[in-house]
Amino acid sequence: MKKYHVSTTINGEPVEFLCEPQQTLLDVLRDTLNLTGSKEGCASGDCGACTVIVDGRMVCSCLMLGVEAEGRTVTTVEGIATGDTLHPVQQKFLEHAALQCGFCTPGFIVAAKALLDENPNPTEEEARYWLAGNLCRCTGYDKIIRAVLDAASEMRREAAE
Amino acid sequence: MTFIGKDLKVVGTRPIRPDGVDKVTGRANFGADMTMPGMIWGKIKRSPHAHARIKRIYTEKALSLPGVKAVVTAADFPDIAAEEAFAGEAIMDFRDLSRNCMARGKVLYDGHAVAAVAATSPAIAEAALDLIEIEYEVLPFVIDVEAAMAEDAPLLHDTLFTQGVEPKPSRPSNIAKRINFTKGDVEAGFREADHIIERRYTGKPVHQGYIEPHACVAAVAADGQCMIWSSSQGHFMVRQYCAHLLGIDISNIRAMPAEIGGGFGGKTLVYLEPVALALARKSGRPVKIVMTREEVFRASGPAAGSVVEVKLGAKKDGRLTAGEVVLKYQAGAFPGSPVGPGCMCAFAMYDLPNASVTGYDVVCNRPKVAAYRAPGAPNASWGVESCLDELAIELGIDPLSLREKNAARDGTKAVHGPTWQNIGYAETLAAVRAHPHWTAPLGPGQGRGIASGFWFNIGGESSAAVHIAEDGTAAVATGNPDIGGSRASIAMMVAEVLGIPVERVRAIVADTASIGYTFLTGGSRVTFATGMAATEAAERVVEELKKRAAMMWEISPEAVEWRDGMAYPAGPNAGAFEPLSLGEIAFRSARTGGPISAELSINAQGAGPGFGTHICDVEVDRETGAVKILRYTAIQDVGRAIHPAYVEGQLQGGVTQGIGWALNEEYIYDGEGRLDNPGFLDYRIPVASDLPMIDTVLVEVPNPRHPFGARGVGEVPIVPPTAAVANAIYRAAGVRLRDLPMSPPHVLAALDKSDG
Ligand code: FES
Ligand code: FES
Repeated sequence: MKKYHVSTTINGEPVEFLCEPQQTLLDVLRDTLNLTGSKEGCASGDCGACTVIVDGRMVCSCLMLGVEAEGRTVTTVEGIATGDTLHPVQQKFLEHAALQCGFCTPGFIVAAKALLDENPNPTEEEARYWLAGNLCRCTGYDKIIRAVLDAASEMRREAAE
Repeated sequence: MTFIGKDLKVVGTRPIRPDGVDKVTGRANFGADMTMPGMIWGKIKRSPHAHARIKRIYTEKALSLPGVKAVVTAADFPDIAAEEAFAGEAIMDFRDLSRNCMARGKVLYDGHAVAAVAATSPAIAEAALDLIEIEYEVLPFVIDVEAAMAEDAPLLHDTLFTQGVEPKPSRPSNIAKRINFTKGDVEAGFREADHIIERRYTGKPVHQGYIEPHACVAAVAADGQCMIWSSSQGHFMVRQYCAHLLGIDISNIRAMPAEIGGGFGGKTLVYLEPVALALARKSGRPVKIVMTREEVFRASGPAAGSVVEVKLGAKKDGRLTAGEVVLKYQAGAFPGSPVGPGCMCAFAMYDLPNASVTGYDVVCNRPKVAAYRAPGAPNASWGVESCLDELAIELGIDPLSLREKNAARDGTKAVHGPTWQNIGYAETLAAVRAHPHWTAPLGPGQGRGIASGFWFNIGGESSAAVHIAEDGTAAVATGNPDIGGSRASIAMMVAEVLGIPVERVRAIVADTASIGYTFLTGGSRVTFATGMAATEAAERVVEELKKRAAMMWEISPEAVEWRDGMAYPAGPNAGAFEPLSLGEIAFRSARTGGPISAELSINAQGAGPGFGTHICDVEVDRETGAVKILRYTAIQDVGRAIHPAYVEGQLQGGVTQGIGWALNEEYIYDGEGRLDNPGFLDYRIPVASDLPMIDTVLVEVPNPRHPFGARGVGEVPIVPPTAAVANAIYRAAGVRLRDLPMSPPHVLAALDKSDG
């Protein structure tokens, strides 16, 4: 099958890859670029395990074609921490035990970061609706929501300093 | 040695789990994250029919497609004889397992594997599937349990004769087994009753719904040595089952534990691994297979659907005099539903003088069921806990008092046999009574229900090794995949025994060649059994450390005491020495006898049974039939919470799965016996916006058989929710739902009927 050449920016780095026209961005990330942090739970846009941020918007990478990444800026879970410093959402997930198996976690981390970028002070209900596209079968969401709200307040504190 | 009642420094705290950073940064490697040099991709051809004879399989076209490296069918697997194996909480037969992985002769359900290909890209493998042609003779099929039990039902297996009936049947049947046991005099018990109630409750199969689909990579070297990397609840199980199904020596298989993205019992079997191995053997290349979500629904184990008939007799004051249940469980295509544990759980929570329990294990044209959290118990308790509520209402007693009056306590002889010791059921009821949720006011259109749940919990074979590094840090290796934070709990127990901070203990999951045999992660056994092995291994290390200190001081080891990670002379008679730290002893270990480590393999006994009681508030929308969960409190005896946050998480997760089971989840089949909703869009599991916070209360009645008093905790919490929700709906809306799921259309229909 003929492959297409795509130039893009992933986690702050310029990245070029070749991909087949039917390959999703998730396939490319995982199988071509070896960025396996984004997970495939359904390949149909229903679970959110593959969530990435493209040009500032949260998207399911299983619903976007690799070729559509041309000229865009993509952030995956691998790009959320700054070097050794975890993002507050990641830190709070650890402190609140907001993961059990951890398979849904990359998608939640990316989606929660996207939420807090847009709304630094979400209510519990806003957080629950924003994250309603991310399925977790292990935790019952309780500790995830607490972690996200705690990360939000920590980030507000940091911003105020 | 027991640590129960001692002042503890690590156990009971909430440290960050050792594998946490990898999991929040995307570095953790799950089943599908592995690649190997030269690796190719496998895909599986599945049956479109619910029941059909396979007349011929044409693979030539697929094989001639460029890029295709191998095709396998049942002909590539040995046709093995029936042989039962203990599979955790259920019995499993290798012949059935082999035929479930690859159909032989007949396909038995929509989605049953018939052939597999391996090719150089997923797209080529997919294209090759379409080139495999299969000639079928379509047969009549049967989907529902009672239809499958009928005399004239289409038969799945003509070699299946009902076990447990006298005389031995002469004709085959879909009823694989009948179980019956009684206690006391049931008829007399019902005669004694002032009030008798008899009801029927049904439920559809539901899926475990782990977010990670099954995935594996298998490689076979020219000398026959095999490597399997897979996401499972037990890599020793993977090794054993693959060896058996393919006729390979166990020592020639090394199974590596991937991180596991949820299992809940559904990953206690193999589906892909033997197929990937067969493809790898034939192609000479490593083969990766990953299920799609549709395949997960169509071909991996749901939990049994069931029909449960309950009859209860009681005195006016609510004291139960007799009980009778009949449980009919769907096993799917092969025998092995969890009806056995269901029978034992049905009345396990109650002090019932007279009871009869009957169970049927029934095959039908659905995927073979797999364990799902407390397998069998939710079905039975859906019936019994709903019926108790109906009884409470008819007697005019509050449902909590009814349970208090009849609760099993220490010394109660359970209907299924054991006499309870050190159980905490009554303590959970007392905690309900004391909880502000129980008496909180409710608004109009709202209702509150309670229900209880029980699970045995298991122990079993576990190995653990503790190694001390030269700088006095430690590593603990076990053989259980970490499905929900067990690295943390194991590291904490070892740190407690060694007397060092938990950050200085590294917990790892070792592969099958690197640690002694360890039974799978299931039955809520890991913190109990593997924790026990790790604790005892750490205690041996402490003994050794004392010996080394004694050597350095030239005194007897009995004169050395271990406290807070340091050796001290025990009392003034031992001599005046400066204490030696773990690091100092480790640093000099070469001069005192070499490396310090201990490995222990045990068969842990004495898993303490678990009991829980849940309070649920709901609001029913009379326009749409939608049920909203307003507030939920789960109360459970956990023995001793090693890492309380992960214990709470087990309760919250189990409750949420139970709420999904109650309100939405079900397998829907069309008229042709094909699954109609094999995706997360139409099979709707709870999402964050469906739920409130899930409150938990951890009651701690220590299990004396565990060094820290731990009991298994993961399974009990899925048992009460279905009935707790139904009982709340009745009080909110005045309608009694007896069929799961209580989805909006069903609730609406019930409301319409009651409005008459
Ligand atoms: S894998 Fe993309 S939403 Fe599920
Ligand atoms: S932690 Fe397992 S799916 Fe969310």
